[in-house]
Amino acid sequence: MFENTPLLSMLIWWPIVAACLLLFGNKFCPESIIKKWAVLASLAELLMCIPLYQNFDTNSYAMQFQEVRNWIPTYGIHYALGIDGISLALILLTAFTTFIVVVASCKLVKHNIAQYMAVFLIAQAMMIGVFAALDAILFYVFWEAMLIPMYLAIGIWGDKQRAYAAIKFFILMFLGSVLMLVAILYLHQVTNSFEITKFYELVLPRHTELWLFAAFFIAFAIKLPLWPLHTWLLDMHTESPAAGSVVLAGLMLKIGVYGFVRFSLPILPMANKIMAPTMIVLALIAIIYVGMMALVQQDMKKLMAYSSIAHMGFAVLGCFMIYSMGSDEAYMSFEGAVVQMIAHAFNTGGLFLAVGMMQYWIGSRNLKDWGGLAKTMPIFAAFMMLFALSNVGFPGTSGFVGEFMVIVAAFHTNFGVALLAATTLVIAAAYTLIMYKKIFFGQMTNHKVTLLKDIGMHEIFVFGLLSAAIIFIGIYPQGLLEILHASVGHLLSNSLAFNSI
Amino acid sequence: MLISIKTLMLITLLAPLLGGVTAGIFGKNIGKRGAHAVTISLMGLSFVASLLLFKTILCDQALKQVFSLYSWAISGKYHLNIGLLVDHLTVAMMLVVTFVSLFVHVYSIGYMKDDNSNQRFFSYMSLFTFAMLCLVSANDFILLFFGWEGVGLVSYWLIGFWYEKESAVLGGLKAFIVNRVGDIGFLLAIACAIVYFGSADYAEIFSQAASKSSEMMQFYPGVSFSLMTVMSILLFIGAAAKSAQVPLHVWLPESMEGPTPISALIHAATMVTAGVYMLCRMSPILEYSSTALSIVLVLGAITALSMGLIAIVQNDIKRVIAYSTLSQLGYMMMGVGSTAYAAGLFHLFTHACFKALLFLAAGSVILGMHHEQDMRRMGGLWKRMPITWLTFLIGALALVAVPPFAGFYSKDSIIEAVHASMVPGASFAYVCALLGVFVTAVYTFRAFFLTFHGASRFDTKHLHVKESSWVVIVPLIVLAIPSIILGAMTITPLLYQTPSILGDALFLLPGRDVLFTMQSEFHGALEMTLLSVKTASFWVTIAGIVCAVYCYLIQPKAAARIKQYFGIFYQLLMVKYGFDAFNQQVFVKGANKFGQFAYQVIDMKWIDGFWVNGVAARWMHLSKISRQLHSGFVGRYALSMVCGLFALLALVWVGI
Repeated sequence: MFENTPLLSMLIWWPIVAACLLLFGNKFCPESIIKKWAVLASLAELLMCIPLYQNFDTNSYAMQFQEVRNWIPTYGIHYALGIDGISLALILLTAFTTFIVVVASCKLVKHNIAQYMAVFLIAQAMMIGVFAALDAILFYVFWEAMLIPMYLAIGIWGDKQRAYAAIKFFILMFLGSVLMLVAILYLHQVTNSFEITKFYELVLPRHTELWLFAAFFIAFAIKLPLWPLHTWLLDMHTESPAAGSVVLAGLMLKIGVYGFVRFSLPILPMANKIMAPTMIVLALIAIIYVGMMALVQQDMKKLMAYSSIAHMGFAVLGCFMIYSMGSDEAYMSFEGAVVQMIAHAFNTGGLFLAVGMMQYWIGSRNLKDWGGLAKTMPIFAAFMMLFALSNVGFPGTSGFVGEFMVIVAAFHTNFGVALLAATTLVIAAAYTLIMYKKIFFGQMTNHKVTLLKDIGMHEIFVFGLLSAAIIFIGIYPQGLLEILHASVGHLLSNSLAFNSI
Repeated sequence: MLISIKTLMLITLLAPLLGGVTAGIFGKNIGKRGAHAVTISLMGLSFVASLLLFKTILCDQALKQVFSLYSWAISGKYHLNIGLLVDHLTVAMMLVVTFVSLFVHVYSIGYMKDDNSNQRFFSYMSLFTFAMLCLVSANDFILLFFGWEGVGLVSYWLIGFWYEKESAVLGGLKAFIVNRVGDIGFLLAIACAIVYFGSADYAEIFSQAASKSSEMMQFYPGVSFSLMTVMSILLFIGAAAKSAQVPLHVWLPESMEGPTPISALIHAATMVTAGVYMLCRMSPILEYSSTALSIVLVLGAITALSMGLIAIVQNDIKRVIAYSTLSQLGYMMMGVGSTAYAAGLFHLFTHACFKALLFLAAGSVILGMHHEQDMRRMGGLWKRMPITWLTFLIGALALVAVPPFAGFYSKDSIIEAVHASMVPGASFAYVCALLGVFVTAVYTFRAFFLTFHGASRFDTKHLHVKESSWVVIVPLIVLAIPSIILGAMTITPLLYQTPSILGDALFLLPGRDVLFTMQSEFHGALEMTLLSVKTASFWVTIAGIVCAVYCYLIQPKAAARIKQYFGIFYQLLMVKYGFDAFNQQVFVKGANKFGQFAYQVIDMKWIDGFWVNGVAARWMHLSKISRQLHSGFVGRYALSMVCGLFALLALVWVGI
């Protein structure tokens, strides 16, 4: 039924069309209609993912739903789209998260709501573009274009220091992506093509691989972010409105890992193997050292920002451990990393959304200003507990699965790495539950907090959706793993091919 | 059989979940009474179902069964499945859990009657029961770990149930975090199982145990240990946190901040024994590592003695029982370590009954005293609360192992097993165990006398102490019965009968079976009772009781004199050997200081200040300098041109 429908193009361009209509209609329509339209548009996007999921052949590792058109024929640049299991999972995640963000934002924005919604719809389109692009230049264009809506979101709707944060973000991102562009152009020189899959067939000399790795590394490590390239994230989160934080932590960080998965691992297997020990150390620094910094934060958003860096450490760890283990463990390690990418979006999304709401309610996200909320807001407390538990990696929630798989695989390679990675059980529990304690337990001291009423149906709907996703993945991760298997296997065979030589 | 075993299993498991979820989500709609009705009736259903299961499996000797529920994750060659295991050990544990849980539910109606969040409380208790049942009925490490963490989570909720009280919240947090330290070990043990045995299913792992018993695990090139030892020690780290063994015991005393029914259910009868249960379940692994068994035995012995000693100096009635629980858990661990797993489990079962009884009786006292827990302000309560007095006495006698009460058979079996054991460290453990018996008798009867006898040390005019209501009393009586008879009834089938009623759940290497050696000297429960006068432990117990009678009943000043005499030792006990202070100073403060340093100095000053913003600032600085060059003043341009001309001329002149 959908064989000849350009589903991917529709997924990319529909939000842009919807956003344009929003901006256009802003002049004539009351706010309530604008909100409804934005929600409907993102819901339509989410529904469009259903045929994508249904028609996806999970047994094949090939790029599916391919669309290839000439774009700039002089330089051999194509408008080429296509997805494998990993991209599919991330696209579903993007559509889901954006829907949540749009629905939640209906109650969290004070001014310029049409523009606000439009910004996030466009950001969604760009991110889906990144996940679906098969042409390196197209990938690069989406990658850069994604910065603009985020820049605007923080620059316009942000907190007091928003200009500083937005510029810092933009410059650092740009620094990384320019290096990536150079690397892509070099690869084009060698292959005479911009097709990403063509790059996979390359066999490059060792030092060339290392140079290319350096270029890609800076681009992706900034986005991820890896320590010590992470400081922009703190400013971004603290200045960002609620929706911005959710998109940033839930989706944009994943693009960094996706970059490694799509470019670095399969194109530069040798450099990756050489650099793997360094990357593992960086991942462990993220897990332990950054986790310790989360412990001492008073600002909830900073705490959560450090927490997301720490959790991304597992994704990096899973991606780079594959070189020193058997193929079955590598499978588990890599799949664990991808699961961690997806699963992390739900609990972090939930927590950032909640923190954003809390800031909206009383204008403070400092833990000192909160306390005793469990008494007046039990429903909110219950949802937050679930998100916190998932953040802690509690079995039965999504946060457990990825970390568990990565730790199990690590045990095969190196007891020390597994042990260090497993300390997250304590560190994450400490910072998450201490934050929870300071918000919900104890006595109410702040007058503003005592006036708050429990969340209504609108918030329950949003949190309920996130909770359902968290519990579903926690109890039945196989549902997610199924769509990853074939693609992960193929990617690994590419990345590990020379390993066996 | 009308209902299949699988259905019964699912009813037992899911009824408490349903009750907990209903009371939790629809608490407002169904009200306090509704929450009681829903959770207790579903809990009752679960109890009946587990009773039926017990009858089917244990009494009718049905075969053990495995139900595969679904595959949780498949990755590479690893298939991680979720399944239920119904064997003799499972049903025995399930019966204990549902039995105690049911009566603690009933008791809580009375205990929590003045509290406004009954729905939440009953919901938590039912959810706890669900998690505990998952733990005991799992057929694989995945479900086991879910139950394992689940009980820890609900325990955290329940300790911090009165969340406006800072100490309660901190106690809960401490419990969760210390348990998580153990879970690092447990998670790595699971990783070890999956990686080295290729599966998370018990049966699969155990079937390979013998063939892998001599396999080595390489840590680093040149450093390798026996796989079985590594795995067993990792498992024990998990068990030590959950079952509160030294040095991971620090959370249990703090858990007393929770409501008393919780202390009975979670921190005496069920959750804290999960570690012992898990190690028994893993006996096919443990058996291949004498080193690990030795560690279990010695740490168990240290816990049993050292924690018992602390109990002597506690004044809070609940804390005395809490430290007593720690000490008894030490005994159970000794049972495991001496390879008398069945004896460890036996003590687990009897302890579940009499310790729950003691906690609930203490709760009844606390209710009667209007939430006073300090024994220094009690005394002479026996006239006022006769049934509580009697049931507490039964619990106390069972705890100090006076024949023919339940605790006697189980504890004596452990002591005998340790005596007969060949595991390295057994003689040390035996001495600790005997000393521990004395200590147990002293602290138990100290608490008993201080609470119920002697002069009333409270304001008798204003504080009207009377016996608690029937919902509180009935569970006490119900639990008192097994505290008396359970030991004599079950010792033969549990320990000395082949096949034992635990079936093949426990594994023993040939030649290691201490219970088998002891069997030749065992001629039935009656004779064991009569012959007890010939054992050392009996006289040690009597000596302890006599001591307590002298110090706290006959000559109340004696205690103070002893305190003075052993000043330093007393101080050491008062600070609980300094574990808390050490953890506070090193781990809590250390982590905070490190975090602050990393954040303030490295992240903010160095990375963000010097590099990120620093580079930008230096760039600005450079551009400020270079900006001078094209300032737009014609005069400056002319001047620089003239200067340049002269410089060129000079160069040309020098060049020539």
